[in-house]
Amino acid sequence: MPFDKSLSRRTLIKASAGAAALGTLGAPAISYAQADAIKIGHITPRTGFLGPLGEYAAQAAQLAAEEINAAGGIMGRKLELILDDSPNPQQASAKAERLVQRDKIVALLGEISSASALAIAQVVQREKVLFINTGANSDALRGSDCQRFMFHIEAQNSMYVKAVGRSLIRDGLVSGKRWYSLTADYAFGHDLLNVAKRYMAANGGNHAGDDLIPTDLADFSPFLLKIRQARPDVVCLNLAGTQITNFLKQYAEFGLTFPVAGFGFDTALAWGAGRGNFGGTWPVVWHHLIDTPGSKAFVTGFQKKWNRMPENQAWGDYCSLKIVAQAITETKSTEGIKIVEHFEKGAKFDLLKTREGYFRAKDHQMMMEMYAITALPAAQIRNQHDIFTSSPPVPAANESLEVIAATDDENKCTFRA
Amino acid sequence: MPDLIPLLSQILNGLLAGSYYLMIALGLSMIFSLGGIVNLAHGAFYAIGAYLAVTLADRIGFGGALIVSPLIVALIGMVVERFLLRRFYNADPILGLLLTFGLAMVTEQTLRILYGAAPVPFSIPPELRGQVFLGDFVYSRYRLITLGITAVAVLGLWILLTKTAFGKVVRAGVQNPDMVGALGISLKPYMTAVVMIGVGLAALAGVLIAPIAGVHPAMGQEIITFAFVVVVIGGLGSFWGVVAAAAIVGMTRGVAAHFYPAATEASVYLLMVLVLLTRPRGLFGERIQKFE
Repeated sequence: MPFDKSLSRRTLIKASAGAAALGTLGAPAISYAQADAIKIGHITPRTGFLGPLGEYAAQAAQLAAEEINAAGGIMGRKLELILDDSPNPQQASAKAERLVQRDKIVALLGEISSASALAIAQVVQREKVLFINTGANSDALRGSDCQRFMFHIEAQNSMYVKAVGRSLIRDGLVSGKRWYSLTADYAFGHDLLNVAKRYMAANGGNHAGDDLIPTDLADFSPFLLKIRQARPDVVCLNLAGTQITNFLKQYAEFGLTFPVAGFGFDTALAWGAGRGNFGGTWPVVWHHLIDTPGSKAFVTGFQKKWNRMPENQAWGDYCSLKIVAQAITETKSTEGIKIVEHFEKGAKFDLLKTREGYFRAKDHQMMMEMYAITALPAAQIRNQHDIFTSSPPVPAANESLEVIAATDDENKCTFRA
Repeated sequence: MPDLIPLLSQILNGLLAGSYYLMIALGLSMIFSLGGIVNLAHGAFYAIGAYLAVTLADRIGFGGALIVSPLIVALIGMVVERFLLRRFYNADPILGLLLTFGLAMVTEQTLRILYGAAPVPFSIPPELRGQVFLGDFVYSRYRLITLGITAVAVLGLWILLTKTAFGKVVRAGVQNPDMVGALGISLKPYMTAVVMIGVGLAALAGVLIAPIAGVHPAMGQEIITFAFVVVVIGGLGSFWGVVAAAAIVGMTRGVAAHFYPAATEASVYLLMVLVLLTRPRGLFGERIQKFE
């Protein structure tokens, strides 16, 4: 077997760069062109550590589009959904621009990564196209980085922290207690850590330490050893995507028993951890056990179309497409600024929960009910999906929906003209 | 010296964690040394191994999956070698790179279509759960078991490569394929066997990691870059170089996690740069004529 001269050991070193590039390629846009259709773009990560959630997001948007078209479309026109993926902020920005300029979409939905949502926001603001963020949590997107054409059906970090914080305070895990945190090392995690520190400090908690966790880390053992050493009263997770699955599995593996609480969460990642591995208390914007006719219909419809249980990420993309369709019908306009103004006037929307929600005019955050879910003991789990119990809606029925959102002091948005 | 115990436990843990990279890296190194193919699809075989474990464990138990999954993946490897890789041994290396890069992507998407992008639930079997106490060092029982399995697999491979007639031909083929050919020995069946062993080991690592990390389509690409780094640091052609590198990479991560957690992953690349600057062939890399 003679070898080509150009093969050398350096090939191997160059190839390791190629291996690193494996995760960065995106997929081409899938579009089903139709004349005179109302085009709406959907962009979200489909690969990498947020890929599992992006799949739910895209499936839910397709379900909503199908339902809207089955009911006669939007103002008699067909809705055309154009799906694309955003493996990183650079591609998110480039693809958003292409969807707007080439495909002439009237609105853009989606995203999960806070870093990518920030990049998209600059494009939609420049192009004057509505963007509903369905999965990026950073407060900064609703504060220092807010844009008038960007709205958020995904709850902000402050809402997540305050929603689950009530459960933690009730369980005596905050005041005078030591909390240790693990934080996803990118925009979302850094933002969440700041919000969490502010909340815990205000309620008398003492921070025992924090470790920044690379987003694609599979082995948590070094950090579990540190937690065991630190002996905190509660372990708080500011993690994202598959990090959460890996953490849950290895926390159970290492037999650590300090109470666990999350400040950000996606149900699919707990389902994916497997039997006996889910523990702790976590906040969610929606879950499949919510007892309302809307949620039940959504669960049934999603299971019928995709043969799997929907989770919170699916909820956001499903509802936001319905919201855009409703807003276009109500304003009789596909013009971005008209829809923005409609939202800013406090239009109410069904969110499949007990109370309707609305976008808060000052920062474009959806005001809505949230839930704190707590893992069931292993003995009480009957099936793969019903692995937790839920708190009643937070805020409670007699409270303003705004009590869990960030205050002006905590997070201030000034829309630039 | 109570302050040293956390650091020591990180170093010990890192040594153990290195065993996962090791099983991937050994196969990569063997396939490159003998066939000259940089197998970017190696992580894909690791992922297939993990998914097969999930599928098989319900039927034949975790122990059964531990044996059957690597065997099935080795058979897949045989087909891939016979019909794809074999065409590229003498071709421009960039073609082999493109082929395996494509294979990795096709496999990842296939897993996504078959199982969905979300992690597939899988847990440690109840009988393997629990902790082992070694003085101040408390450790996961499951991880110690996987370390034992890795040690057996690595030792078995070493005996195969150094003490058997098969191993002699493989090692001769690495250094001087033309001479082996002149002696009337065809390297083709040996190459098939090497690929089967290499991807089988990757699958074994996949089965072992499945209970303690997310089983999702991108799991292969998560580990492949590290495995490459281990091969580069250890040096081509050196069996124990790769073993040492896996341990050093694991320890480096542990030390970084102790002192500066944000650099846990970056520390490994920094280590690679330092090694390449001082020893371009890696720590124990041999001078292999055909690669110079």
